[in-house]
Amino acid sequence: MRAFKQHTGLVAPLDRANVDTDAIIPKQFLKSIKRTGFGPNLFDEWRYLDHGEPGQDCSQRPLNPDFVLNQERYQGASVLLARQNFGCGSSREHAPWALEDFGFRAIIAPSFADIFYNNCFKNGLLPIVLPEDAVDRLFQETEATPGYQLRIDLPAQTVTTPSGQVLPFEIDAGSKHMLVEGLDEIGLTLTHADDIRAYEQRRRQEAPWLFRA
Amino acid sequence: MSGKTLYDKLWDAHVVRQNDDGTALLYIDRHLVHEVTSPQAFEGLRIAGRKPWRVDANLAVADHNVPTTDRSQGIADPVSRLQVDTLDENCRTFGITEFDMNDPRQGIVHVIGPEQGATLPGMTVVCGDSHTSTHGAMGALAHGIGTSEVEHVLATQTLVQRKSKSMLISVDGQVGPGVTAKDIVLAIIGEIGTAGGTGYAIEFGGEAIRALSMEGRMTVCNMAIEAGARAGMVAVDDTTIDYVKGRPFAPTGEQWEQAVAYWRTLHSDADARFHREVRIDAAGIEPQVTWGTSPEMVAPVSGRVPNPFKESDPVRKSGMARALEYMALEPETPITGIAVDKVFIGSCTNSRIEDLRAAAAVVKGRRKADSVKLAMVVPGSGLVKRQAEEEGLDRVFTEAGFEWREPGCSMCLAMNADRLEPGERCASTSNRNFEGRQGQGGRTHLVSPAMAAAAAIAGHFVDVRTF
Repeated sequence: MRAFKQHTGLVAPLDRANVDTDAIIPKQFLKSIKRTGFGPNLFDEWRYLDHGEPGQDCSQRPLNPDFVLNQERYQGASVLLARQNFGCGSSREHAPWALEDFGFRAIIAPSFADIFYNNCFKNGLLPIVLPEDAVDRLFQETEATPGYQLRIDLPAQTVTTPSGQVLPFEIDAGSKHMLVEGLDEIGLTLTHADDIRAYEQRRRQEAPWLFRA
Repeated sequence: MSGKTLYDKLWDAHVVRQNDDGTALLYIDRHLVHEVTSPQAFEGLRIAGRKPWRVDANLAVADHNVPTTDRSQGIADPVSRLQVDTLDENCRTFGITEFDMNDPRQGIVHVIGPEQGATLPGMTVVCGDSHTSTHGAMGALAHGIGTSEVEHVLATQTLVQRKSKSMLISVDGQVGPGVTAKDIVLAIIGEIGTAGGTGYAIEFGGEAIRALSMEGRMTVCNMAIEAGARAGMVAVDDTTIDYVKGRPFAPTGEQWEQAVAYWRTLHSDADARFHREVRIDAAGIEPQVTWGTSPEMVAPVSGRVPNPFKESDPVRKSGMARALEYMALEPETPITGIAVDKVFIGSCTNSRIEDLRAAAAVVKGRRKADSVKLAMVVPGSGLVKRQAEEEGLDRVFTEAGFEWREPGCSMCLAMNADRLEPGERCASTSNRNFEGRQGQGGRTHLVSPAMAAAAAIAGHFVDVRTF
């Protein structure tokens, strides 16, 4: 997994609450058996005026000029600013895959849905929770300032605005460590293989019905 | 010291190792696998040269992509076909039990788990699907995971988890006639909101929950995720144990007795404390209909579409206005004044035998309205379908002009050929009314099976209690 330490990037504001993972990546693209290539279909139904299907050349499709990610000033954005309960609904990891493939490295919102939040960390994508009033101010500043960039420092757990304001954020130590180091979680868990075997052995005695082949 | 909640008991029984950062390595008893969220996980195993840790803990089924019409020619869509073939091949390669598309036991993963007894009380159950919360109805700790976690479970039989906070939602008293589990859970979501359960594991309790059948409890737990909670659960009682008995994967003989003795302990202690408690009066719950693009946008059938101008919070106000625009609804429209184009009875929320009986009871002796283009019934599994046919329910539906289909996820998320066309309005027994969920531009109203059936007959929403 790609590590995340510091990142400075252009901010794109997506001013809607409860953005669900069906909106982030619609179902027809979930038929892929690959992990990559979802970026062109990120927010497909909002981004394009026609109906998207897998395998299309998206560069030929009509863009919705009103959708924020299609606006000239947000081209190249790598930080997504969002509203509460971002990523709700389906557990599809295709959502963070699509965001990451599109070029996002971090998402800032007042709250995230649990499964989506977890999925981000497995894919080098940093979800940052900031208080609602701070997010409100970032929306105002982003919309008022073309080229608005934020500097994110994961080890220091801060977001810094262009004017130098520093916004601290909370994140649990384990998830932070995995992301800062870009670690393979499965490899790490398998260093505890003996603990897993010991648990299974005990459990076979206590609850043998759970181990019927 | 206060007693333990059901969630505490389930959690504690599965901790393999407590980590220093507050997370724990949690053992997973049952891993359910379907075709959409697993191919990349199996590919990950192959690339890393890893094998499944415990093959017999896995059970796989294809459900999202499968056609609900004649399957004898296979799947027409080559992209869907490749995904289903990939699951078949992965299960063969790794030795995982799979109910393939033509197996009589095939069905929606969250229907077949409990039906087979593959989901048992006291288990930890995960699946790469957010509606895994369904299985909490068995008195299990069950939640959805992403594909990276699918791979983690395959490779290690564990997950690294942080314990959630606990919430008790107590539905006190009795619901009135015509009010179902679906109405209870929609009313709960309307009350606490789609993010109300974020960070929590919810235990559903109270007289109205205890009075529900297992099917009803599954409907309630299924939609815990729609309230933001990854896991919903109900304490074990006689209803649970009677349901499990005799199922193919359930224990027998001496192990059955041993298991039941343990399962009887799976309830919150009388002095257990929750981080949050919510009480809901069952008698006040009417049949519910969603009007917007989030499950929290819900109203009683006697109500009206709300008016965004009366909403003071600016984010909520704009969300409401956008939802009404997408749904093509005017503020203050009576719910019963909304006409529907299609009706879908099915999904992991409402496709079990009890759901089909409730819908058939409304339909019997009546005809689908001519204005309704399609009313389809999609049983949750091959076994539900067979039982319904033995009870003659299929004829009740087909004689009324409904279509009777093969089992699968179908038009809940429209990954197969079953979908809404742009602008079409649907009364649906599924779980999500998100924009485009049932087909791009489609408009979804979530309701109970009886309410969906009544809408198909009347051509618009009606109060099933007086229909």
